[in-house]
Amino acid sequence: MEKFRVEHLNFHYGDKLALSDISISISDRRITALIGPSGCGKSTFLRCLNRMNDTIRGARVEGRVLLDGQDIYARGTDVVELRKRVGMVFQRPNPFPQSIFDNIAFGPRVLGLEGDLHQIVEESLRGAVLWDEVKDKLKQDALGLSLGQQQRLCIARTIAVKPEVILMDEPCSALDPIATLQIEELMQSLKEEYSIVIVTHNMQQASRVSDFTGFFWLGEMVEFDVTERVFTRPAQRITEDYITGRAG
Amino acid sequence: MGARHLSLNWASSLSSKIAGLVPGRKGKPPPPAGRSYVEFLIESSIRVLGFSTIGFVLLIFFFLLREGLPIFREVAPANLFGTRWYPTFDLFGTLPLIIGSAYVTVASIAIALPLGVATAVFIREVAPHWTREVLKPLIEVLAGIPSVVLGFFGMHVLAPLVRTTMDVPTGLTAFTGAVLLAYMALPTIISVAEDAIDTVPRSYRDAALAMGATHWQTIWRVVVPAARSGIATAVMLGMGRAIGETMAVMMVTGNAARMPISLNSLFMPVRTMTATVAAEMGEVANGSVHYHSLFGIGIILFILTFLINIVAATAIFKKRHRGGLR
Ligand SMILES: Nc1ncnc2c1ncn2[C@@H]1O[C@H](COP(=O)(O)OP(=O)(O)OP(=O)(O)O)[C@@H](O)[C@H]1O
Ligand SMILES: [Mg+2]
Repeated sequence: MEKFRVEHLNFHYGDKLALSDISISISDRRITALIGPSGCGKSTFLRCLNRMNDTIRGARVEGRVLLDGQDIYARGTDVVELRKRVGMVFQRPNPFPQSIFDNIAFGPRVLGLEGDLHQIVEESLRGAVLWDEVKDKLKQDALGLSLGQQQRLCIARTIAVKPEVILMDEPCSALDPIATLQIEELMQSLKEEYSIVIVTHNMQQASRVSDFTGFFWLGEMVEFDVTERVFTRPAQRITEDYITGRAG
Repeated sequence: MGARHLSLNWASSLSSKIAGLVPGRKGKPPPPAGRSYVEFLIESSIRVLGFSTIGFVLLIFFFLLREGLPIFREVAPANLFGTRWYPTFDLFGTLPLIIGSAYVTVASIAIALPLGVATAVFIREVAPHWTREVLKPLIEVLAGIPSVVLGFFGMHVLAPLVRTTMDVPTGLTAFTGAVLLAYMALPTIISVAEDAIDTVPRSYRDAALAMGATHWQTIWRVVVPAARSGIATAVMLGMGRAIGETMAVMMVTGNAARMPISLNSLFMPVRTMTATVAAEMGEVANGSVHYHSLFGIGIILFILTFLINIVAATAIFKKRHRGGLR
């Protein structure tokens, strides 16, 4: 099943072309990893998928991004509605300076979701494998958690609004190996219900967790295929060089 | 920039003066000749100026203490903190004056806080770029209007307006003073609150937006709460200006030294500490009990303002210490 379909996407920061002619299809309930050297446009691409680039002055998008067949850049698209469906986890854990409970409850509250708030909070925290660690201190400041816990809190906060897709921009780059492993395990369980797109600089991580891998190079999608194929028999020379550490 | 620097300077002036007391680096090699000699001259004259400023401040402070402290001996505490201020009958109850000041100040904050924060949010988060460029200098100009001009405006425009709309015997009321003071505190509150909002990390906004919060929800539920300590500082600084303000307040509050205890005394005349000192200082005999009592009010005022400044400064310090607002 296809979740996102991107067709001939170009992205400009003012005069600078950051993405050129990207076309891929992102599968539902799969993990898609995006790799590539720094500055090649991975974050830019990811942010095109929930229109987080909208606020950047001078930014311009061409091409189509279809979510379940609907162009999210079409006129009249409700961006708020879109972001409800396509959540995002950022590179640095960014919990609000509020209690753990309020962090998770933020989304359901502002979106006016039905249901028992306490139950939503518990479910989300369980979903992010954080419940056992924080269940006794829900009223405490979220910034008192460790970075790894904060990142799982951010994931819990994202799934509390029940999105369909979760975008993750280098979610583990601020974390230690154990916390990283926890997030990776978490992703495996989340994939039962959500489509996940993850940007990562860690080749092992990409090969470990993802089903599909896209390789970006200078704003272009050079290669996109099943992860195993990308890592064992890449079609492009440059991909192989990058994966083996000879380029990038 | 003007207004912001003005207000912040004023809060931190004391600490920077203290910092100026710390002697320069020790063990500096003696200046060779020529240019270094000039530099040495400049440096020492700056130091002399700095120290004399401290000296003047201390002098004023000691003068205040010398003239004001005797009152605490001359008049019994029960009288001094009583409810009646009739110096001609030896009644020196400062309570109505203190409460009067507090009344006007608190009411003005109640007006200025929502307005100031809303304006700061508007300038920072909503206004298009060019509006911001126009508004900021305008607000700084606002800070520069002499208070006597505002007082005049208050007497001739605001007071009649209050009298007719509220249907009260006189328009010279606590409320009128509060509105004027709010007007004066606004520039400070706006600039400092705007700074506080500006330091809220982008990542908080991103997180809220990415969850499907609207622009307004992001502002009111994330940005403003995250900036609350900075906003509190802004209010404190604004309040510091308001509580010490004399001219405009004296012109529009009616100056009746009664206890403002009920809620509707908001629309009756009150008298503040500053107005009392300003109004009566000209008529008292040098060295009399009444004279000492006015300086005593000065001391009380000084302590109150000082405390407010300390609270504000600690808030600022904490904020810096943590490396940004949380
Ligand atoms: N707000 C912006 N304004 C202008 N140019 C930008 C902006 N954000 C990114 N760019 C440029 O667009 C290009 C792609 O940036 P992007 O952040 O997408 O790269 P990335 O692949 O995510 O890099 P990294 O791995 O370092 O995160 C870079 O050359 C960057 O300088
Ligand atoms: Mg990036």
